Parts: sequence; structure tokens; C-alpha cells
Amino acid sequence: MNPIVRWFHQLGSPPYFERFAARWAPIAYGIGLLVMAYGLYGALFVVPADYQQGDSFRILYIHVPSAWMSMAVFGLMAVYAAIALVWRIKLCEILAMACAPIGAAFTLITLATGSIWGKPMWGTWWDWDPRLTTELILLFLYLGVIGLYNAIDDRRNAARAAGLLAIVGVALLPVIHYSVTWWNSLHQGQTIRLFGQSHMDPSMLPPLWAMVIGTHVWFVGSLLARARADNLRRESGKDWVARLAEPRT
Amino acid sequence: MRFFAPAAWPAMPDFEPSHPPLLSARGLAFARNDQPVFGPLDFSVDAGEALLVQGDNGAGKTTLLRVLAGLLRADSGEVSIDGRIATAALRSHAVSYMGHLPALKSDLTALENLDFLCGLHGRRRGQLPGNAMAIVGLAGYEDTLVRQLSAGQKRRLSLARLWLAPSPLWLLDEPYANLDLDGINLVNRMVQAHLRDGGAALLTTHGAYAAPPVRTRMLALERAVASA
Amino acid sequence: MMWTAARALMARDLRLLWRRRGDALQPALFALLVVVLFALALGGEAQALAKVAAAVLWLAVLLAGLLALDTLFRGDADDGSLEQWMLAPVPLSWLVLVRTFMHWATTALPLLVATPFLAELLHLPHDELPVLLASLALGTPLLSLLGAVVAALTVGMRRSGILVALLALPLYVPILVFAAGSVAAAAQGLDPTGALLLLGAGLVLALVLAPLAAAAAIRIALD
Repeated sequence: MNPIVRWFHQLGSPPYFERFAARWAPIAYGIGLLVMAYGLYGALFVVPADYQQGDSFRILYIHVPSAWMSMAVFGLMAVYAAIALVWRIKLCEILAMACAPIGAAFTLITLATGSIWGKPMWGTWWDWDPRLTTELILLFLYLGVIGLYNAIDDRRNAARAAGLLAIVGVALLPVIHYSVTWWNSLHQGQTIRLFGQSHMDPSMLPPLWAMVIGTHVWFVGSLLARARADNLRRESGKDWVARLAEPRT
Repeated sequence: MRFFAPAAWPAMPDFEPSHPPLLSARGLAFARNDQPVFGPLDFSVDAGEALLVQGDNGAGKTTLLRVLAGLLRADSGEVSIDGRIATAALRSHAVSYMGHLPALKSDLTALENLDFLCGLHGRRRGQLPGNAMAIVGLAGYEDTLVRQLSAGQKRRLSLARLWLAPSPLWLLDEPYANLDLDGINLVNRMVQAHLRDGGAALLTTHGAYAAPPVRTRMLALERAVASA
Repeated sequence: MMWTAARALMARDLRLLWRRRGDALQPALFALLVVVLFALALGGEAQALAKVAAAVLWLAVLLAGLLALDTLFRGDADDGSLEQWMLAPVPLSWLVLVRTFMHWATTALPLLVATPFLAELLHLPHDELPVLLASLALGTPLLSLLGAVVAALTVGMRRSGILVALLALPLYVPILVFAAGSVAAAAQGLDPTGALLLLGAGLVLALVLAPLAAAAAIRIALD
């Protein structure tokens, strides 16, 4: 058997995953933090102020990576859910459900930073801009998945039901985005776009890429940590978990 | 299909002299939340046979029946019907399941319920809802709303539905529940007649107080113990 | 076999509706309540009401539908009928489609019939009424189909109330946007056909895909 395939099979074994996650989560957190620190330093101190928006545009360096993560995590969650539903792999159920709170957090950050950005720019905390509105609905989708997962007693059925919802959500997300964009265009006076010009000067890009990479690595750490916790909770009756809890001699 | 089946079973024509068991299970196991419920089990039921599944409450009898019916998916092992791996399509023609819930609408009359269930599952050739009700002792109750029937009468109505079903294999979960002595005898008579016609039945009970007086084998389920 | 089962299910649902014909008016009554509350809250002045009439009517229909969603599968789940559907020789998704159609016919059609009357209460401009009715005719089946998926996901649960609304809301957004938007477009003098055609396309897709998703959800929920 191909070593990669074999590693995947091994990963599905709960004790192996526990060891894998325990080892790699802190590493991912650490690297993610370092890269994000570098990115934030660049965003706050190195990059020159925007000629139109002044210094307040710098929040973009948190807002944009968060927005991308909120979408990417939803897509990843749907992929894990699809694998879990078709092949009934328990680890994928755990991973899918672990994605949800992280994605929801990124969505909240996107909404909050978008709102903070909007206030000095357009004088208002909230605007029914198509992107912000879609983010808000995305937040509801995440909350729905989390809510459904917590509402069903049997953990495996809960994960599969919430996973099905995630798949339906991911299929509808482009439709939602398109519909909100169309709706927005119907109503006059909506000439302001929250993102300003669509091109950024090349000197402004490196910290953005650093933030994007940093958030991705941080996400991996967070996913592994949450999945590890869920894995232990599900296996809590077993001997190998009890042995882990014993004090080391 | 090669069921041992006279003309009473519409979907299954030819009678073959040597044939595989109507139902067979190999290595069947089921766990919920990683707690084993039953298994691994090996057993089979031939046409003309009844299998009595015994066990205390919580031993997994209902779960076993639901796995055999196809409502739950087993964690390991396989179920074969007439020698072929049981798919949903095969089960839908071969198996009739009578569970704890009666699947009767309380706002409809007894006859209306039977009409619907026959429309859904199909009907055994030569049998009509009217005479099925007479067989189970509910003649005269055709136009009574199910809401007005007693628990025992509802159970008899479920048995009437079972009688009308065109499936050779009956899975009965606690069929004697809510029935008086007359009702218990009814169940036994029906199982006997069904077996004579070439069908088979799997019944669960938590006591040995009632069992069909036919070629019956026993399967005892003990409460499974969690292991590492 | 499939048509026999469909006929049997439709006959059963019609009989059940007839036995509880009082209940059939509840969605329409709820929509009326919503309209009255909106009118009271907005001040009852004809011009102000006319501007928001189409949107309020759509919301009334949507909310009434959301409440009615509970009755789609719950009765059959509680008495074990849903289990027998899973064991029937016809596909579960087919039975779900027929059941959803009957549910729509018995809960949303009365709403559609009541809409012209409710529109009068809100002083909806008369030239907006045809577009509104078209958007309702296309949109309410969509709401029922997507609602069926949500109802199926929560069928095993007690007290699922607000969770159902939370799950359904994101799925309902495109329908509401295109439907209410089509009327808004017509009011502005734009062509509403595009939005209505998109609703129609969505309906065709949902007719095929939603029952499959709902059937999968029922199997998960009854596991």
C-alpha cells in the first residue's frame, strides 16, 4: 500500500490521531503566530498610508484574510462532511464539526473589522453591502451547523446531519451571494463600495500574503486542537484514554 | 427471485428444491456511540421457520431487528436474503417490519389506514383489507377511527397490515405486547399460517411465555459489555 | 408502483386534511395576523403601507410557511409511518416529494388565495399584484422544498422551534430576495421577468435535488 494512503488510514485511528494532533497543534499555532506577527508588523509600520483612506485602511490586513478564511473553512467543512457521509469515516466527521466554530469566529472577525472599517470611511457602522450581507448570512449558516450538531444526542448522527446541512449550505452559498449582489443593485444610491479601489499597490501586498499564510497555519493548529478534544471526548470510555489521563510515573 | 413461494407471493415465482436460507446473517455487529449493542452474530432463518430472539431489556433485540429491516446500518457483517446481499430494493420486496410504533394515522379509519399501507407496500394476491380485518378479529371496525381503538385493537390492525403485505419474511418486534390471550393466540395462528405458506418470521420477546408453536429456533442475546 | 404509492399518499393526506379541516386555515390566519401587526406598527397610513406592501406580504407568507413546516414530517415520524416509508418499495425521495407537494397544496395554496385580500389591506398598488402572485406561485414551492430539507434534518428532535428558523433562514434568503425583488423591480419600472425566471430555474433544480437531500436527512435523523 502506498505510504501516503497508509498514513491516512493510520490517522483515522483515534490514539494515533491524538498523538499526531498533540504534537502538531502547538507547532502550527506557533508558526501561525510568528507569521501573523510579521504580517501585522508590516501592516502597521512598514506599509505607507493609503492616499485616500489614510491609516484606517490598515484594518484591511485583518479583514481580508479573515474573509477569505471564513469562506475557505466553510468549503473545507463541506468537503470533510461529504467524505464523512459517503465513506462514514469518523475522523472526517470530527474534523468537519471542528471547522465550524473556527469558521464562525473568522466570520465574526470579518464582520466586526468590516464594521470598524466602515465607520471612519462611510460614516456608518453597518451597510447592506452585498459582501457584508453575504458574510452575515454565512455566519447564520455556521451557527446553524453548530446548533444542529449540538442539538442531536448521538454524536455520529449529529455530525452527519450537520454535515449534510454544511453541504447544502455550500451549494447555496454562491446563489446567496449572487442574489444579494443583484438585490443590492436594485436599490438606488448604492454607489459606495466598501472595498474602495480593487487594485492594491504592490508595496502593500507582502504583509497581506503574510497574514493570509499566517491565518491558514493558525487555522490548522486550531483545527487540530479542537479535533483532538472532540476525539478524546468521543473515545472517553476507552482504556487508552484512561491511560493518558493517568499521571506519568 | 428464487424464494420458496407459492402464488401468494406476487413478486417471487419459481420454487426451487434446494435453496439458500431466506435470511442469513454473518458476523453482524452494531455499536452505538462506540458502545457495542450486539454482535458479532451468525444465524439464519429458512423458509417455513420461525426464529425467536430472546433477551432482557437493553440486550439489543429491537436494534437487531431494525438492522435486519434496513433502518439501521450494521457496523460489520452482512445480511443476505435468499442468498443475495440484502440491498434496500431487495429488502423492500422481501421484508415486512412491524415495530413498536404502529404506523397508523389516528385521524383515519382502520380501513383507510389499510388502504394507504397497501398502496404503499403492495398487497398479497387474493387478500383484501376487509377479510384481513376479519382474520384479526376486527370485523365491524372498518369505519372506526384509529383514535377510538384500544391499544390491543391497534396492534391487531397492525397484524392485519402484516397479513396483507406481499413479503415472505416477517420481522416482528414484541408482537405479543398489548395483547390478551386471544390476541397472543392470533399472533401464533398467523405466524403458523404464514410459515405454512412458505414464509419465515423473526420475533423478539423478552420472556419465553409466548412462542409460536411451529418449527422455532431460539437466539438469545445477552447484554454486550464494553471493551477497550 | 410509484404512481400507486403517490396516489395512495395523496388520498391519505387529503383525507387527513378533511378530518382536521379547521387546522388548514391556520397558516392563512397567521399571515393575516402578521399583516395586521405590520400595519399597526407602521402607522396605518395608506401611502407608507403601499410602499412596503409587497415585502410585508412576502414576509407574512414566509413566516406562516415556517410555522407550518413543523407539520410536514412530525406526525409521520411520531407514529412510525416514516419508518414504513423507508421500507417501502418506492424511493423515499419520491414519497418526500409527494408529501411536500401535498403539504404545499394544503398550507401555501390557501395563502395564495388569501393574498389579493391581504394586499388590499396593505394598499398594494394593483399593477404589482400579478407580479406578486407570480413570485408567490414560484417561490412558495421553493420554500416548501428547501424547508423540507430543514424539517427532515430536525425530524427527530423535540423543541426544535427556533433552530428550524435559524437553519431555514440562510436557505430562504435567495428566494426572498429574488421574489420580493421582482416585485420591487416591477414597481421601479424594470423588467421582473429575469428574477422570476431565476426563481423558476431554482424551482426546477429544487424539485430534483431537495427530495434527495431530505430523504438522506430523514435516514440520518431516524438512525
